[in-house]
Amino acid sequence: MLNDLPDAPLLSVRDLTRYYGERIGCADVSFDLYEGEVLAVVGESGSGKSTLLSLLATELEASAGSIRYRMRDGIARDLATLTEAERRLLLRTDWGFVRQDSTQGLRMSVSAGGNIGERLMAVGARHYGNIRGTSLDWLGRVEIDRGRIDDIPKAFSGGMRQRLQIARNLVTHPRLVFMDEPTSGLDVSVQARLLDLIRGLVSELGLAVIIVTHDLSVARLLSHRIMVMKGGRVIEAGLTDRVLDDPHQPYTQLLVSSVLAA
Amino acid sequence: MQPLVQLDGVSKAFTLHLHEGVRLDVVSDVNFSAAPGECIVLGGPSGAGKSSLLKIVYGNYSCDAGHIWIRDGGEMIDVATAEPRRILAMRRHVMGYVSQFLRVIPRVGALEIVAAAGREGGLDSQVAQDRAEEYLSLLNVPERLWTLPPATFSGGEQQRVNIARGLIADRPVLLLDEPTASLDARNRAVVVDLVERKKKAGVAIIGIFHDEDVRDKVATHVVDVTHFAAKTA
Repeated sequence: MLNDLPDAPLLSVRDLTRYYGERIGCADVSFDLYEGEVLAVVGESGSGKSTLLSLLATELEASAGSIRYRMRDGIARDLATLTEAERRLLLRTDWGFVRQDSTQGLRMSVSAGGNIGERLMAVGARHYGNIRGTSLDWLGRVEIDRGRIDDIPKAFSGGMRQRLQIARNLVTHPRLVFMDEPTSGLDVSVQARLLDLIRGLVSELGLAVIIVTHDLSVARLLSHRIMVMKGGRVIEAGLTDRVLDDPHQPYTQLLVSSVLAA
Repeated sequence: MQPLVQLDGVSKAFTLHLHEGVRLDVVSDVNFSAAPGECIVLGGPSGAGKSSLLKIVYGNYSCDAGHIWIRDGGEMIDVATAEPRRILAMRRHVMGYVSQFLRVIPRVGALEIVAAAGREGGLDSQVAQDRAEEYLSLLNVPERLWTLPPATFSGGEQQRVNIARGLIADRPVLLLDEPTASLDARNRAVVVDLVERKKKAGVAIIGIFHDEDVRDKVATHVVDVTHFAAKTA
């Protein structure tokens, strides 16, 4: 059974640090992420979790440390050494980013089908009928009525927009998906359906996911591992149920004791 | 026979930082092992640390000292230091755990919960489906409930779904935390029978059974956890 675990991590982060002037954004973060693993980064606002996500997604430049990513050809590359063209290709094809604010993750004045098709065209799809067919298929998979394909996201509810973001991101079969509070701000029932959908797709597609959330019950439901951040640093990390059921650090104990049922 | 599980000098204390850093000693220097076909029953009063010990073996609680060796294929893996992904892989293929409470994803029907647990444990999907039906029938969960999510079931029905889910796969190690707690005599007998089947199949079991009758029927050895009470300095 040893052989069913891949040896080489997909993502390998070492001593990742970002300063905003004198202030620490995040400091000395190190971890490995393997295919199929879902890592939740939890902490209060200002803990550095969003800075970390921006660094990982190469939207922000690190002050120190390294991020290595194993490309589809099997070779691990230091992301800081990628050319701009390589970086953009990675973002558009091999990675996904589901954002809390759907207006940042979607093109609001382009149709639902266009939002999905755009990512496909970025990887070279040109045949209109195929693109539309694939878009329809993905609308179905994220439980959006296919009849809405020509509607623009402005006409969608918050939950539908998040599902459209997921379709847009997964259509290119990425291997790594970043999620920034994907369910916050939604009604509880909508949130529950979205979580079910994410869980199903993540395990079906074997995705590696890094999800930032302040909601420990979301972390419990979706993730295999947790990193707890405070003041820009990772203060506790491990198996999700271990960290939530047997928290060691004072801050983690406070977080866990502050929720009704995580 | 070579043990499948071996605890070696395991110690555990909780430090409650939100309560003036009070330290609760749970167990100290625990040593015992479980071989194929054995059912080790943890004995001792409530609060002695029996459930905590099972959770330590499952990787749900960490331990402060010692090793928990579990056979994974040809290798002994120390749960105390194994990476999360290794522990998750072992939970799929090597060790099963039945807790006192059903804790599942809401909105999924009982039969599917049990069958999914079988598939996750490596059973072929048809085998998982058939066995899920067999176990739910054996455990007297009425067929009209099978498609419903268990959240609305009675405590006993939930517990029986939980047992079916915990026992469906063919894992070599089983951890049972009072699986018979809220069951009537008829269903307790079913559980005893299922445990005996597992023993015959060479599974190593570590369990907690408060019911003396059940304990006497299934136990190969009883390990008194009060022997591992932390020594006061």
